[in-house]
Amino acid sequence: MRRDRPIQLRAGAAFAGVVACAAVFGIFSWTGRTAEASAATGRTGERLEYASPVEILFSLDGARLYVLCQQSGQVRVLDATTWAEIKKIDVGQVPRGFSLSRRGDRLFVANSWDDTISVIDTGKLEVVATWRVGAEPSSVVEDWAGKYLFVANRISNDVAVLDAKTGTEQKRLIAGRGASYITTSPGGSKLYVTHVYPNPTPYRTPPESEITVIDAERAVVADRIELPNIAHGFHIAFSPDGRLGVVAGLHPKNLVPLAHLEHGGAFADTLTLFGADVGKPVEVPLDDLERYAVRPFGVVITPDKSRIFVTCGGSEVVLVVDVPRLLRFVRTHPGPHAQDLAASGDYVVARIAVGHDPRGVAVTRDGSKVLIANRLEDTISVIDAKADRLVSTIPLEGPRRLSVLRKGEQTFYTARYSFQGQIGCASCHIDSTFDGLTWDLEPDGFGRDIVANRPIEAVKDTEPFKWNGGNPNLPTECGPRTEKYFWRAENYDSLTLTDLVVYVRSLLPRPNRWRQPGGVLTEAQERGRKLFERDIDKFGKPIPETNRCVYCHSGEKGTNQKSFDVGTKKATDNPGPLDTAHLTNIALKAPYLHDGSAASLEQIWTVFNPQDKHGRTNDLTKDELNDLIEYLRTR
Amino acid sequence: MKAFCTIALVVSASMMWGAPASPLNQKNVTGPRVHKAAAANVKVPVMPRFRFENFTTANGLPDNHVYSVLVDGNRIWAGTDNGLGLYENGKWKTLTTKDGLAHRAVLSLALDKRTGDVWAGTMGGLSRISGGRIDTFTQLNSGLSNDVVYGVSVEGENVWVATAAGGCKLDLRTKGWSLFNERNTPMVEIWVYGVAATPTKVYYAVWGSGVLEYDQQKRIWDKYEDPDGENEMVLFKDQGLIHEITSSVSYVDNILWVATYFGDSRYDGRYWHNFLTKDSGLPSNFTNYVKGVDANRAWFGTDKGLAYYDGVNWAVYRPSLTTHKPEMTVRDAQGNVTSIPVTSAPAHNYILGIDIQGSDIWVATAEGLSHGIHQP
Repeated sequence: MRRDRPIQLRAGAAFAGVVACAAVFGIFSWTGRTAEASAATGRTGERLEYASPVEILFSLDGARLYVLCQQSGQVRVLDATTWAEIKKIDVGQVPRGFSLSRRGDRLFVANSWDDTISVIDTGKLEVVATWRVGAEPSSVVEDWAGKYLFVANRISNDVAVLDAKTGTEQKRLIAGRGASYITTSPGGSKLYVTHVYPNPTPYRTPPESEITVIDAERAVVADRIELPNIAHGFHIAFSPDGRLGVVAGLHPKNLVPLAHLEHGGAFADTLTLFGADVGKPVEVPLDDLERYAVRPFGVVITPDKSRIFVTCGGSEVVLVVDVPRLLRFVRTHPGPHAQDLAASGDYVVARIAVGHDPRGVAVTRDGSKVLIANRLEDTISVIDAKADRLVSTIPLEGPRRLSVLRKGEQTFYTARYSFQGQIGCASCHIDSTFDGLTWDLEPDGFGRDIVANRPIEAVKDTEPFKWNGGNPNLPTECGPRTEKYFWRAENYDSLTLTDLVVYVRSLLPRPNRWRQPGGVLTEAQERGRKLFERDIDKFGKPIPETNRCVYCHSGEKGTNQKSFDVGTKKATDNPGPLDTAHLTNIALKAPYLHDGSAASLEQIWTVFNPQDKHGRTNDLTKDELNDLIEYLRTR
Repeated sequence: MKAFCTIALVVSASMMWGAPASPLNQKNVTGPRVHKAAAANVKVPVMPRFRFENFTTANGLPDNHVYSVLVDGNRIWAGTDNGLGLYENGKWKTLTTKDGLAHRAVLSLALDKRTGDVWAGTMGGLSRISGGRIDTFTQLNSGLSNDVVYGVSVEGENVWVATAAGGCKLDLRTKGWSLFNERNTPMVEIWVYGVAATPTKVYYAVWGSGVLEYDQQKRIWDKYEDPDGENEMVLFKDQGLIHEITSSVSYVDNILWVATYFGDSRYDGRYWHNFLTKDSGLPSNFTNYVKGVDANRAWFGTDKGLAYYDGVNWAVYRPSLTTHKPEMTVRDAQGNVTSIPVTSAPAHNYILGIDIQGSDIWVATAEGLSHGIHQP
């Protein structure tokens, strides 16, 4: 199924006019009432059980195709000749990654929301064990010796090492932030881990991520390949000779105003190459002028090392990269060229339109076909790897009708609405969460009004939006504001915006890993709760109501939805009070404060609250502050 | 009256333990009967002998003042006053604050044997070196109780830390911090100089407050103090910890070894045995560091040299206090001291840290890092 091209505006004057008109029209048209009215007339969050295929892989003999379906919580098993479905196997909640054992007799599935690994016997095609692991397991790989199972935990930022026979956890290795995807090197001696969130860096410096390299036999971290300027890394692929590694990543340009989107200023969508073929890691762009490759995710190298196929979720295309030409380019073009929009023309030889939000990719053993999992379309695209063209689309069983939620999610994940199709909501809200970055959003000068990206899970009923509280509701936030400051282009039609708002309002918080079963607080958390709710300080003096934690951060979501000056504004901030941030899963959301200047929860009070304007805290001892933070982590 | 009682106690205690009652006699004891090995008519105990190879800035060591040393397989980490040195394949590499180290002065080191991560306690926070990446925890950006980290020890998924404002523990699984201080433990002072953590017991050396013990199963704290209290004279020698001013602890084979500024102690869970210069081979009561080898053997780092105790006999390795020439002395159970001819000694007498590499030893001193290569 071929998708429409992203809207492309070519004339600056036309663009400016459209922006102005759209902004005025948007402000006039889009109010919360519009969305509510739309919802009332039937555009509701009806939840249909789509498959949402996110990863695919072939059995070792190539006879079966395993499809990991995120929304239905299943592994679908297809006949790799007829594509007929053989079986659906139920696994855990929001499965995110899977892999076969070295012998192919077991299929391991990482269930990210219930913190388990499902072990499927590929002979019986049934789950034979479910093992508990760490926080938000996102991929799982067995070492070639069959001794260990390595699990990337996105929230705890580590890799759990399990006994591959029993599932007993042996230890955890420190990875980068948002550890998510593990790939085995061709020889099996090393494991390579990528991360969807950036590692902490000094304030307002370029982001960086890493590839954590694990020695599979010793189960220790052997190396870390730095990925400067990369905030989000996804799949890794290796050439069969092991000389070339490729990781798909996002290179945000968050230190300059996002309003410079029309100058190619938001992201570079790139591959980072590493290994003997290239020497030091080198980042190469996939974007082309007016043909961006938004959110590169899945990547595979054909067995003959002639082609790299890259899925681009936001652009809804698969890029075909000619490997010899790519290597020639790298060898003849030293220096950084991640932002060179002319570069990809040297090695990207085809762009193949596929379905909504293409993610996982697999290649047949003979290299003749490449298959793509289209997450938001419940289809598998089949590409002829020699002809670089789409030859068929395999529909997966499930609802064909598009629900409002599904349409909204498609809108969230596409980049077609932004200027030249450069970015989409999911470029910054990775997997509908956040990106761990601070941004210079508005065209008010470089370095002015810096804001941290706020997570959107459980965002319903936390309006107003924006850190200055300027947007009273989601339709305004997602409509005219996004159009003006983010997309720099014509925005959604009314129904599309309503669908998007319904989707965003439907986002549930991921499970809180600090909460005890039954909601019982630990001793430290309970002490922290009392501090959070106290009205008298340690000297016996009453704390003014507006200076108590619980006053502003009240209610289930921890916000009274009002704005205050809590003494955290900087000279570079625009005037006015700040919206009270909600506290849902606050432990995961670093950096903190409106401008992301606090690298940790502790710094909110140890560094940025000298006058006690952000709650009365300076009477607390260090252990009491720790207790307060232990409690906040349960929110 | 109080002074009189003290004198009386000293006299009676001295008589009880057969210790000298006068400074003159004490001098006689601490000035041992030193024999030349060849000439002495005593059977000299066989004690380990080493050829010391000393590293200084001339060899690439970051700084000559070495606070701590850690053996990590074939790699050696040296915590110095000016960065963390890594000795690997015959070359030194230096990690500094530019690399992300919390502070230039690295006071303590610990290895997580499961993961290979190295933890460095500095004058400005706690750093973790993992696969080449350095992450730093401070009192401002984390739950760490204080930035002056004197000691660190890894046990399972817990990192136990000794700081200038109490002890603390980082749970690597939950990322939560627990603080231990005068409000929730029997600790009186909060200057914590050393920590030794095992799955069963955790010991803190609390400067001025003795030794704090945490029973991991029972989850209770206990405290060991000098039964003589703040009295600087030893009245009841083996009835408890030798002194409250503790500097280092080591727990191995269910035996606690304690270093203090006024002698050292061994505790088996029921009985204490203390070591003083006057009745052991310890070269000085002022001890910075202790490293237990097993239930009977231990190394001591003092301000007057490196000492080894094999459960019966003592050996001291140092540059001579008078001639500065390399010196090794052996003291047997009877108090006979024999001088062993050697050609090398640790870089300096002021010993701050010790670690063991097979049969070799690594020693952090105030004037360089020393590698004691065992001589068969």
